[in-house]
Amino acid sequence: MPNITALNVNGKKLAVNVDSQASLLGVLRNELNLTGTKYGCGEAQCGACTVLIDGQPTRSCITQVGKVAGKQILTIEGLEKDGQLHPLQEAFLRADAMQCGYCTSGMIMSGVSLLSKNAHPTREEIVRHMDGNICRCGTYLRIVNAIEMASRKESTK
Amino acid sequence: MSREFEVETEVERYELSAEPAYNFGFDRRQFIKVFGGGIALIVPMTNLLAQPTPQRQGESGRGAFSQRMPNEIGAWIHIDEGGTISVYTGKAEMGQNIRTSLTQAVADELHVPVNMVRLVMGDTDVTPFDAGTFGSRTTPTMAPQLRRAAAAARETLIALAAEQWKVEPSTVRIVDARFVNHDASKSLTIAEVAKGQKLVKTIPADITTTPPKQWTVAGTSVPKVAGRDFVTGTHQYASDLKREGVLFGKVVRPANFNSTLVSVDTKGAEAIPGVTVVHDGDFIGVAAPDQQTATRAVNAIAVNWRAPGQPGNAGLFEILRKTNGQGRDGGGRPVGSVTDGMAAADKKLEQTYTVAYIAHAPLEPRAAVAEWKDDKLTVWTGSQRPFGIRGELAEAFRIPEERVRVIVPDTGSGYGGKHTGECAIEAARLARASGKPVKLVWTREEEFTWAYFRPAGVIDVKSGVKNDGAITAWEFHNYNSGAAGIQVNYDIPNQSIQFHASNSPLRQGSYRGLAATANHFARETHIDELAVMLKMDPLTFRLTNIKDDRLRAVLEATAKSFGWGKSKTAGRGVGIACGFEKGGYVATCAEVSVDQKTGVVKIERVNEAFECGAIVNPVHLHNQVEGAIVQGIGGALFESVEFENGKILNPKFSRYRVPRFSDVPPIEIVLIDRKDLASAGAGETPIVGLAPAVGNAIFDATGKRLRSLPLAPKGLS
Repeated sequence: MPNITALNVNGKKLAVNVDSQASLLGVLRNELNLTGTKYGCGEAQCGACTVLIDGQPTRSCITQVGKVAGKQILTIEGLEKDGQLHPLQEAFLRADAMQCGYCTSGMIMSGVSLLSKNAHPTREEIVRHMDGNICRCGTYLRIVNAIEMASRKESTK
Repeated sequence: MSREFEVETEVERYELSAEPAYNFGFDRRQFIKVFGGGIALIVPMTNLLAQPTPQRQGESGRGAFSQRMPNEIGAWIHIDEGGTISVYTGKAEMGQNIRTSLTQAVADELHVPVNMVRLVMGDTDVTPFDAGTFGSRTTPTMAPQLRRAAAAARETLIALAAEQWKVEPSTVRIVDARFVNHDASKSLTIAEVAKGQKLVKTIPADITTTPPKQWTVAGTSVPKVAGRDFVTGTHQYASDLKREGVLFGKVVRPANFNSTLVSVDTKGAEAIPGVTVVHDGDFIGVAAPDQQTATRAVNAIAVNWRAPGQPGNAGLFEILRKTNGQGRDGGGRPVGSVTDGMAAADKKLEQTYTVAYIAHAPLEPRAAVAEWKDDKLTVWTGSQRPFGIRGELAEAFRIPEERVRVIVPDTGSGYGGKHTGECAIEAARLARASGKPVKLVWTREEEFTWAYFRPAGVIDVKSGVKNDGAITAWEFHNYNSGAAGIQVNYDIPNQSIQFHASNSPLRQGSYRGLAATANHFARETHIDELAVMLKMDPLTFRLTNIKDDRLRAVLEATAKSFGWGKSKTAGRGVGIACGFEKGGYVATCAEVSVDQKTGVVKIERVNEAFECGAIVNPVHLHNQVEGAIVQGIGGALFESVEFENGKILNPKFSRYRVPRFSDVPPIEIVLIDRKDLASAGAGETPIVGLAPAVGNAIFDATGKRLRSLPLAPKGLS
C-alpha cells in the first residue's frame, strides 16, 4: 500500500509520510509531536490513546493510520479554542479529576464524545460510556463528577 | 522498647532504601556559581531518622548497597535576583500531589502565593540527594525541612529589608508578598530585597516553623500545581520527551524468567538500514529510527534461550512457607507469653490467610530517554528513585556517578512499582552503541512481566479470647509478604509476631502500603472471626480491645457515617476493619451484595475514616484516600498475577483485571484533622482497610469466610 502523506488533525491538514499500516498513536506521537495522546496497553483496553475520528471515540493504538486518512482526527491538543479550554477540561480542573494525569487525555476525549451525543447523561450512562478507560490512581468518581459538571455548564449556555 | 528498635521494626524489608554514594560537593562558592546571585538557604539533614534505616537486604535481586548515613544536605531554597523562589528537592511527583503540598508548605512560611514558588524535583544534578519517594515519607520529613528553609529565607529577607531601611527587623512584615515597614509607608518586593545579594546560608538549627493552627496556605485545598498542563495534554512525561535525532529502542526478551542465552544471530537485524543492534551478555536490543523498524529488527533476530523449570501458582504457598533463613525476622520482641495467654483463654482460633502476587500496572509503563554527550550520560525516566537509578546506571556502565544525571519528569504513577532502573539502563546501553539519544518505552506486557510484583504471602494466626471479649493471646507469622503493619494494634497482653523471609519465585518489591495490606487483611479477618465466635458485634469487640484513642476515633467516625448497627438491606452484608500504619489511622466499613445465581460480589458502598495528623490539603487528601480505596478494590476482589514455569500468563489488561468505573461504589470519606499533631503521609495507609472490610462483609452476607486475596476473582462458588 502507498504511504499516507496527509492527515486532518485538529482542523489542520498536516503532511506526513508514513506506512499506511502504522498505528495512528505512533504517528500522532512520533511524527506529529502530539504527545498528549498516550500509550497505555496497545490492545484497546485502557483508553489512554483515545482520540475522536469524525466524532467517534477511537483507540488510536490499534487504528491503522491508513484507515483514517481523509477523516477528521481530534486529539486532546485540539480541544482548546482560542485559549479557552473545553468545558470538560475546565471541569476536570474544578473537580480535581486527575492525580498522575496519564489517563486524563483519554478520559477527556471519551467524555467529550459522550457529551456530544448526550448533553445530559445520567451517572449510569457516564459509567457505561467510560468503562473502557482505566485510571490506576482511582479518580473515577471525580471524573464522573467532572462530566456531570461540564454537562450542567453546557446546559446553561 | 527503645526508640531505635521501634523505628527499625517499622521499616519494610522490601522498601528500597539506597544511600548517597558520594558526598554532595557543593560548597558555597560553587553554589553561587551554579545559581547566580540571590539568596540560598540550605537545610542540613540533621535528623538521622529522616529516611528509613537501610536494611541488610535491599530490594530483591539488587544486592546489598553499602550503608552510609544520608547526606548532610536535605533540601535548599534559592531566591534569585528577580525574586523567583525555587525549591530543590530530590522527591518525585507521580500523582500523589506532593508538588502541590510541598509548594504549600513553602508558600505558607514565606507568606507568598503558591504561584510564586517553583519546585525543582528529582534531578540528580541540581537537587539534593534523596533516598527516594516512598514509605509515605515526603509529608512527615521533606515538608518540615522545606518549611524550615522557607522560614529561614523569610527571616533573612526581612533582615535585609530592615537593613536597607535601617530599622529593627521585628518592625518589618510581609503583606501580599511585599515587605512593608511599620506604618506601611515603605515597601519592597522580594526581587528588590534579593537584588545584588550573593548569600548562601545554612539554616539555623533553632529556626521555628508555623504551627498547623496558624497555617494560611497549607491546610487549604490548593488545586494541583500545573493542572492545566495535564488537561491539555501538554505535560511531558518521560515517554513524551523527544531529543534531536532520537532513536527508538526495543529489547529482545526471553519467554521465561531466569533464562540464559544459548545462541543468537543478529545478522538479519543488522542488515536493516539505520538499525543498531546490541548484544552484550544476556542483553539483546536494537535502536532504530522509528518504532516499526525497531519491531522489524527485533523480529529479525534469531535467538535461543534456555530456562530452568520454575514454580507457578500451584504449590506457591508451600514454597513460601519454606523460609530461607535470610533477612531479619521483622516482628519484634515477644510480649508476655503466648502459651500462658492461650491457657487463660476461653476460646481459641487458628487460621491461615494468603495473599497473591499483584502488579502495580502504572498507566505509564517504564520509559526512559538516554543521551550520551562528552562522556556524560543523561537519562530522563519515570521513577520514584532518581538517585538510586543514577547509582544503578553508574554501576552498569562502570562510570562515576558524577557523570550520570537522572531527571525525573512528573511521572505517570508508580505505587511503589518504579524503584528500579532497568528501562533506564537498557535505553542508555542502546544510546551508547548507536551514538544517538534513544527512547525506550516498555510495552504493557513488558511492564506486567519484567517489573516486579507485590509479594505473595502466607500468614498464620493463632489467638485466644475470654468470653467477655478480652483477647488474651496473639501469635502471628507472616511468610514472605513483609513486616509493614505487622504489629497488632489491639491491647493484648501476650504476643508473638514474626515475619519470615522466603525465596520468592517471582521478583518482588515495594507496593502501595506494602505488606500492611496483607497483615491487616489477616489480622482484621481473624478479629472478625473471633467476634463471630463470641457472638459479639465486630465493632464492639474491636473497641473492647483497643486503647489507642486515635484508632478508636477513626473506628467510631466511620461507624457513625456508615450507620453501623442500623437495620440492614436484605441480602446484603456489612464488614468493618481498622488499622494503623506509617503515622496514619484508618477504619473502613463496606457493604456488599452477592448475586445468588452468578456469585458475583458487588461492593455497594464504602465508608472510610482517616486521620494522619494536621491536614495539608483537604481535597488532595480526600483524593488520595478515595484513590487508595479504589485501587484496593482490585487487590481485594480480583487482581492476581498468574504464572507458570517462569512465565506470566496474564500480562495484559485484557487478562489482568484492574478496577474500572463500574467497579467503584459510592464512597464516603471522613477526614479527621488533628492540628495538634504533625502531618503524616497519606499515600499508602488508606488502602489497608478495604480488603478485610469487604471480606468480613461477604461473610456477613453469606456465612462464607474467605481467607485468601483476591477474595472472589470469579465470584463466589
